Amino acid sequence: MSSTENLGPATGSASAPIPQVLREPPRARSAAGGAKKVFWIALLAGLSVLFLYPFVWLISASFKPQDEVFDNRLIPRTFSWNFDEVFGLPDAPVLSWLLNSLWIGTLAALGVTFVSALVAFAFAYFRFPGRNLLFALLLATMMLPPQVTLIPTYLIWNELGKFTTEHAWLPHIGVNTQYPLWVPNFFGSAFYIFLQRQFFLGIPRELFEAARMDGDSYFSMFRRIALPLAKPALIVTFIFEIQAKWFDLMSPLIYLRDQALFTLPLGIKTILDRFGTGGGGEGEWQIIVAATLILTLPMVVIFAIFQRYFIEGIATQGRKG
Amino acid sequence: MASVATSGTAPGPPSRARRWFSGFRERETWTAYAFLAPWFLGFIFLTAGPMIASAYLSFTNYGIEQIAGFSPTESVGTEHYRQLFNDDKIRLALKNTFVFTLMMVPATMVVALVLAMILSRIGRAAGIFRTIFYIPQITPPVAAAVLLLVLFNGQVGLVNRALELVGIQGPFWTTDPSWIKPSLVILSVWSVGGTMVIYLAALHGVPQQLYEAAAIDGASAWRRFRDVTIPMISPALFFTFIILTLAGLNSFTEAYTAYFGAGSTGADSPDAALFYAIYLFRQAFEFFNLGFASAMAWLLFLISITITLIQVTVSRRFVFYQGGQK
Repeated sequence: MSSTENLGPATGSASAPIPQVLREPPRARSAAGGAKKVFWIALLAGLSVLFLYPFVWLISASFKPQDEVFDNRLIPRTFSWNFDEVFGLPDAPVLSWLLNSLWIGTLAALGVTFVSALVAFAFAYFRFPGRNLLFALLLATMMLPPQVTLIPTYLIWNELGKFTTEHAWLPHIGVNTQYPLWVPNFFGSAFYIFLQRQFFLGIPRELFEAARMDGDSYFSMFRRIALPLAKPALIVTFIFEIQAKWFDLMSPLIYLRDQALFTLPLGIKTILDRFGTGGGGEGEWQIIVAATLILTLPMVVIFAIFQRYFIEGIATQGRKG
Repeated sequence: MASVATSGTAPGPPSRARRWFSGFRERETWTAYAFLAPWFLGFIFLTAGPMIASAYLSFTNYGIEQIAGFSPTESVGTEHYRQLFNDDKIRLALKNTFVFTLMMVPATMVVALVLAMILSRIGRAAGIFRTIFYIPQITPPVAAAVLLLVLFNGQVGLVNRALELVGIQGPFWTTDPSWIKPSLVILSVWSVGGTMVIYLAALHGVPQQLYEAAAIDGASAWRRFRDVTIPMISPALFFTFIILTLAGLNSFTEAYTAYFGAGSTGADSPDAALFYAIYLFRQAFEFFNLGFASAMAWLLFLISITITLIQVTVSRRFVFYQGGQK
């Protein structure tokens, strides 16, 4: 990973408001400090093993046959390609689950990014009666634990499902479809709205006024000026939501019944139940670990590409504390 | 509603209310409302509406028969709420959740702060380590739970094998009730990266002159840590304290994945891993006791709010905001 390249102050120009963390702190160290530094780096290298070895173990175990999964060898004694078995499991369409997760995640992230930007821009730029009241409402919803709205939301989708079944000319939406997993994203999300509003507030107002002078409508000003300038905040929103959907187990558990509709985390959970020893399986752990690797790798790829935005996004969250 | 609030109670000159309303003659106002519309609809239909419905359901017998329309929905008064205080499983789930949170939050904060402080003093090399320590954070919880089961397996797991090397007989982490929560805590601390990045950013914001001034005054390293570092990064500490506490109270995925099989009766699931959010989920979507589960959700909500308010009140004495109170 090209992490060191991202550290230079040059990256600061791409996104003015957040990249403080990426800059090296201005510290001059004496020669005595040098020896100390070597000690700290050695210590960190040791700790890194603790943080990374589970992944190394997972990759290694994914290429071992059933009776060697737990031998804890770094290099498999017998090399076993378990992925044909994983992708060919009866009643466990792993490839479909992977595609379902990708499609739901992308759609949900696109929706929440665009709509949240629209709302965030309205709160940041426009002056209108009721703004403070509405913004207070928005902040209040951020504190709300999800469980309080979970059950009635489920019932809404259940009723929608009944209704669309009775009226066959309507597309079937409701429980046991994938709609409940991404449609709510198209109503924006308080957390991202707050994050992006902070970003929009950092953009000089004159830029927008100038566009208005040029005869832009409000919406085209938003699209032509605000969105391009807010790109770092939009990317942070997008990857955070991709991650949230890729992690989510509870919503798919609640809404999906048909195996073909499952997302990858739910699919891997059923594989664990079926092949693990806990649920009465035979302990075919080579399948479980290989499937778990398939669940883990896409996030690693996304992180490798967008590393800077993950770190900046998290650091910004803390700064508003 | 708004008209009552502004014209009725505002003691100021009447022109203020008029000015407020004259805003609705502006095109800008209507454009703004159009921009806000998706969120506002969501607020009504996905937040406010469901909250009211949830409060209502918590006083009814709503369940699988009522969903299907076989039996009418009837009021049960405060029975569910009384049941909350008499149900052994609720007490167990609450205890599990509190114990886990009480271990996880301080452990995460301490480890994150130690790592961040080391990273903040090694300069350029910090980047690569920051990446390494962040990586567990991008592990999907379901995958983390699988890793928990395999690495912490009492007989063949890597953790106990490694402990054997140094002469320690490791416990049966995933089956011994008294070690299930500690292993879940270790799993949480493993993904300490996000908290660490927040602290690192806060540490970089501490003006270097403060340390220099303290050093000139002869302050020891411990004094500099206690009287400069901690107060200066206290907003970040406070923020993560609240976020981690709420995350602890809502813990679900790792423990559910590792110990609760879909469709299983739960009889074979260890009591030690029964967190409140898991029990709520089972009551709602496995047993379909939606009325009781709604009451459970409100109890969790009240507990979360109470704890957060206590944290806010207590921390007001300790948190120091640079540039004055926000």
